[in-house]
Amino acid sequence: MSTVRRVNTESLLVRCVLIVLALGFLFFFLGLPLLAVFAEAFKQGFGPYWHALMEPDALSALGLTLLIALLVLPLNLLFGLAAAWAIAKFEFRGKSLLTTLIDLPFAVSPVVAGLLFILIFGRQGWLGPWLQAHDIKIIFALPGMVIATMFITFPYIARELIPLMQSQGKDEEEAAVSLGASGLQMFWRVSLPNIKWGLLYGVILANARAMGEFGAVSVVSGHIRGETNTLPLHVEILYNEYNTVGAFAAASVLALLALVTLVAKTFVEWRMQKETEMLSAELPPERAPLAAVVQQAASQAGDGKLEAARRSPERIEK
Amino acid sequence: MTRKSHRVLPGFGLSLGYSLVYLSLLVLIPLGALIARSAQLSLADFWAIATTERAFAAYKITFGCALIAAIVNGVFGLIVAWVLVRYDFPGKRLVDAFVDLPFALPTAVAGITLTTLYASTGWVGQFLEGVLGFKVAFTPAGIVVALIFIGIPFVVRTVQPVIEDIEQEVEEAAASLGATRGQTFFRVLLPALFPALLTGFTLAFSRAVGEYGSVIFIAGNMPMVSEITPLLIISKLEQYDLPGATVLAVVMLVISFVLLLAINLLQWWTANRHSGRHIENGVQA
Repeated sequence: MSTVRRVNTESLLVRCVLIVLALGFLFFFLGLPLLAVFAEAFKQGFGPYWHALMEPDALSALGLTLLIALLVLPLNLLFGLAAAWAIAKFEFRGKSLLTTLIDLPFAVSPVVAGLLFILIFGRQGWLGPWLQAHDIKIIFALPGMVIATMFITFPYIARELIPLMQSQGKDEEEAAVSLGASGLQMFWRVSLPNIKWGLLYGVILANARAMGEFGAVSVVSGHIRGETNTLPLHVEILYNEYNTVGAFAAASVLALLALVTLVAKTFVEWRMQKETEMLSAELPPERAPLAAVVQQAASQAGDGKLEAARRSPERIEK
Repeated sequence: MTRKSHRVLPGFGLSLGYSLVYLSLLVLIPLGALIARSAQLSLADFWAIATTERAFAAYKITFGCALIAAIVNGVFGLIVAWVLVRYDFPGKRLVDAFVDLPFALPTAVAGITLTTLYASTGWVGQFLEGVLGFKVAFTPAGIVVALIFIGIPFVVRTVQPVIEDIEQEVEEAAASLGATRGQTFFRVLLPALFPALLTGFTLAFSRAVGEYGSVIFIAGNMPMVSEITPLLIISKLEQYDLPGATVLAVVMLVISFVLLLAINLLQWWTANRHSGRHIENGVQA
């Protein structure tokens, strides 16, 4: 039974059973729901679907979703760059605490996140009386929804950049500066080209979450139709009104966004892998293990979270 | 060396300062508000609100369903990761990319879709109810289904790179020493995969505990039966019971912290074993 070639794999039967189990599980829990979104949306044909999408409420919800993403992403991008620069390129006390703090929104329930901002800006909150006296609306208005979305999505870009910048070290930047480059020149000519794919990857993930966020935004939005309804909240309202076609039509737009996200993500992963392969080809052999780890880190999909393998480059370098 | 690099590279003060201000405004001050708000309550009041019968039922449902879903994800996540790394089949790269769907699909969409699928008229519910007499939608079983959906990528994506990393020589050595394939898997491979598996499991569990959007549609939300803790917080908010909502939020936050700590410890453990193995391989294998 055990010829040399076959010791490292299972018998054909076991292999087939495992493949069927894995694909069956994925089809049942992922494939079927995705099919169902579009099946339900087009249940009554294309006319009612299009009509539901062109409703003024649906359009304004779509607009608000895009607006929130547009406001949140640049701020999170700036934070991601700043945090990654400080953490990856410098040593300072309390660094691991800062890193843990950046992970925090991943562990906090979105509902709790929304509640945090109610406690500050809400009517009974810390700033509530002052805001009311000055007639500034934050909760149940756009600013609150932007802040809640910022909270939920700020780790994505930072989490992507930190391990990447750590693995690249600081030799190139130091060389640029000692050759007389200004800070901005160093950033645009050296740092940014090195991290562009990782940055894009983080932006894609953060954008998907920002556009799809439900729990936190729901708590602070107040669900005012045509005003504070994002697309996910619009889906909820229509669904609870038994307007199935309308709910699934809006849901299909979000599902399409998810598919675009997956395609973009896969493309960026492929580019990152290609670049690290080129990097490992250039490196002298004794540094090859490091390149392999970097490549592995880059090829890892996932949420940009805490994976151990992503931290190992730093460890090996030391 | 560190001090020198402070001088060479620009932007330390600016980048750290900006990060700290951002984090303070967005995370630290709001957390402070939560703690200050709950500190206004006496310990007895806090305890009374945190341990009402309805709150207890909600904790039990939240953690029970999250645990079951994380176990299912642990088992199938391992199988999916194994199949994706070790076997070849048509469309494998597509399937690999598809695993991340729950990260990309908004939770509300997942919620209404799973509800429609598992309702008694849905594609799956029809069969489960008609043939097996098992009701899923609007019961705790529905919550488990939603939590399985959102947890799938966590286990797969943590275990996958570790399987990729396993040196085949280890398996060959085990086989040449007379181990059957089953023995090799359970005695050699599984122990090596276990820390990553546990990390993925904890990540999935921690996400499931706080999940709201995908659950509320399929749960039915009956108090004491299928009401999760985040929903209980929302219903307290809607009744303007801010102290009640705050107490439950603190309970959930403390549990989140414990889970985050556990994840970080697991990471550290995994990383140590990980780098240890590379050295061992050089010396022993």
